Amino acid sequence: MRRLEALRAPGRIEFISQVGRWTLGAARALADVSVWRPLVIGHMRRLGVDSIPIAVFIAVFTGIVLALLASYIFTGAMPLYMVGALVGKTVMMELGPVLTGMALAGRVGANIAAELGTMRVTEQVDALETLAYDPRSYLVVPRVIAATLMFPVITAFAVAVGVAAGWLTAINLLDLTSVEFFKGLRLFYRFKDVWFGLVKSASFGAAIALMGCLKGLSARGGAEGVGAATTRAVVLGCEAILVLDAFWALVLL
Amino acid sequence: MIRLDGVCKAFGPRIILNGVDLDVADGENTVIIGRSGSGKSVTLRCIIGLIQPDAGRVRVDDDVVADLDRDGLAALRGRVGYVFQFAALFDSMTVEENIALGLKRRRFGPEEIADRVRESLALVDLAGVEGKLPSELSGGMRKRVGIARAVALRPRYILYDEPTTGLDPVTTAVMNDLMIRTRDMGVTGVIVTHDMGSAFTVGDRIAMLHEGRIRQVGTADEIRATADPVVRQFIEGRPDPAVPAASGRE
Repeated sequence: MRRLEALRAPGRIEFISQVGRWTLGAARALADVSVWRPLVIGHMRRLGVDSIPIAVFIAVFTGIVLALLASYIFTGAMPLYMVGALVGKTVMMELGPVLTGMALAGRVGANIAAELGTMRVTEQVDALETLAYDPRSYLVVPRVIAATLMFPVITAFAVAVGVAAGWLTAINLLDLTSVEFFKGLRLFYRFKDVWFGLVKSASFGAAIALMGCLKGLSARGGAEGVGAATTRAVVLGCEAILVLDAFWALVLL
Repeated sequence: MIRLDGVCKAFGPRIILNGVDLDVADGENTVIIGRSGSGKSVTLRCIIGLIQPDAGRVRVDDDVVADLDRDGLAALRGRVGYVFQFAALFDSMTVEENIALGLKRRRFGPEEIADRVRESLALVDLAGVEGKLPSELSGGMRKRVGIARAVALRPRYILYDEPTTGLDPVTTAVMNDLMIRTRDMGVTGVIVTHDMGSAFTVGDRIAMLHEGRIRQVGTADEIRATADPVVRQFIEGRPDPAVPAASGRE
């Protein structure tokens, strides 16, 4: 009974109705294939390809630090070739997807929220509607699809670069050979390590793009409103990454 | 014909429209005047379905706007063009792409789109700016591109939101001329403005919106000769109805 009463509270009913309307609207927007399909490739380049340098930059330093940290932890306790195992496992399954996701929450999430927020406050979104476009089909769907498809690609780059950076660090700064590093890397490797990270990163891409779109489209009141929406989109994107990270760990591990 | 029956709209506790009744006759320019915040733009947005009224009914031809589904609204927006106060051009697109966007939505072929873009730019005397970005145009040019974007769809109605605000007198005259030309082409216009000079020039009928309702509707001559103190105050630009206008302004 108490649950029913809580549901009847006007705020909750309104929220549930909003979620319902949004879900219905998003499903309809997906059906507008002729509107969003031509835009996806452009967004894949802008949101994805252009983000590779920042992802690679982060991966290089993550790989270096991980190799040094593993050496520090394992020296005297475990064989040093375990450095390869730790670098590979953590970069593929956790640090690659999550750190790349966090960096892109800033770059991509902020980019989307600022762009759509500016369009909202300058009435460009209303103009789209008066031209019979559904803003969700034209603005939201192509960005979400592009980010969902491109985040695993960027993450794959980041993982490869991170492992390579760890290997180069191990053979140059630690007392380790390439053979030993790759022995450790192969020791605990499972194919699941790769797809687990890529599935996670796809969900991060969808969440970041969705938060950017939602916050951007709800921006109000000029430059200050756009700034606030952008900040909120980045924060929500980072929060979504952490929640999804835990979710996938619970579901897939 | 556009007909508003008892249209009400509030944003939170603030009542903007409180029973607006207005008929817009076909083939005429109807001007809506009123003070800032009186709900003129909200009225336009209700007509094109960007805002749904809390009560009352907006009818465009045989359609009740609030009853239209997604496809119905899309069809309505093919018949009703909208010119935004600050043009609302897509700043990442060229002028040509801006005008073509609505035509692409209606699945016109590339040749038809090119023809219509050329025609509508010629109508607003802006031939040759197809490749420019909105940031390369003046405010007046942007507004004319906004009109071209609306006209390209060959609508039955065009809604103009403050079309002359912020323009110099010469550009204002150009905009007035454009609104008259589009009316003469058979397009019904609903124009929201503060600019009484423009209202008297382009308006076949003028409606004054005050405190959420239509205070008076009439021809330009009827409005000029009004005895209503609120309407008089507005058209004469006096700060208070009780204070007579300065002799130099009358």
